[in-house]
Amino acid sequence: MASGNTDTRPLSPHLQVWRWHPTMLSSILHRVSGIGNYLGAIALTVWLVLLATGAEGAVEILTTGSLAWLTRIGLILLTWSASYHFLNGLRHLIWDAGKGFDPKGSNQRSVIIIALSIVLPAVIWFFALTGGAS
Amino acid sequence: MKSMMTPAKRTNRLGSAKSGTHHFIAQRVSAVALAIALPLFVLALAFSGAPDPDAARGFFGSAWGALLTLITLTAALYHMRLGLQVVVEDYIHGAGLKFTLLIGNTLIAYGLWLAGVYALFRLALAA
Repeated sequence: MASGNTDTRPLSPHLQVWRWHPTMLSSILHRVSGIGNYLGAIALTVWLVLLATGAEGAVEILTTGSLAWLTRIGLILLTWSASYHFLNGLRHLIWDAGKGFDPKGSNQRSVIIIALSIVLPAVIWFFALTGGAS
Repeated sequence: MKSMMTPAKRTNRLGSAKSGTHHFIAQRVSAVALAIALPLFVLALAFSGAPDPDAARGFFGSAWGALLTLITLTAALYHMRLGLQVVVEDYIHGAGLKFTLLIGNTLIAYGLWLAGVYALFRLALAA
């Protein structure tokens, strides 16, 4: 890892020669969705500050203006990344308790979590867009 | 050519920083906080009438809305700072870019937290 490394011990197989399997995908998605949540948290905090200073009109183009569709796509993506990271995060906590390490079950749960992470935002946005929530 | 550096020189300052256990536990404690707070926050915000600006201001300015937002905001920013730190340390190996991102990560997390707390104070006083 460090430059000038003289270590000649074998390295673990690289990403490019590794056969893809569900737990590998869910591990990568956990990091990707974490970074997505990071960006979403920045956007939501900026929105909170704009509301508090009465300056939300400054981003009107992004909320009710011509770029509102872009914000909606961003929020839908954020709903997915938050849902996925939340569900897979619960599994991480169960792993920390020492449970759920069997390979077959882990792969099955990866598939279930990925599927649920799509179903949950779909349900949330169904209610949001049909006016179910407000 | 064989390196002239001694093994001690090679590992100097590259060892454990002795704070990994704290990082590990803090990541999990903030995860538990978020597992409880985030669903409550999302539900409360969804039923508040947001994103309408006046409805959202009313929610963030209310006692329960402010408290729930403060808890969720604090846990989320703390958790995401720890998480991104690990991602940077895992994938970025050039010292210049790595330390720029690590310091930027810290400044963004603390800056957003202060800005968010300030915003909640203003909305609470205006309500």
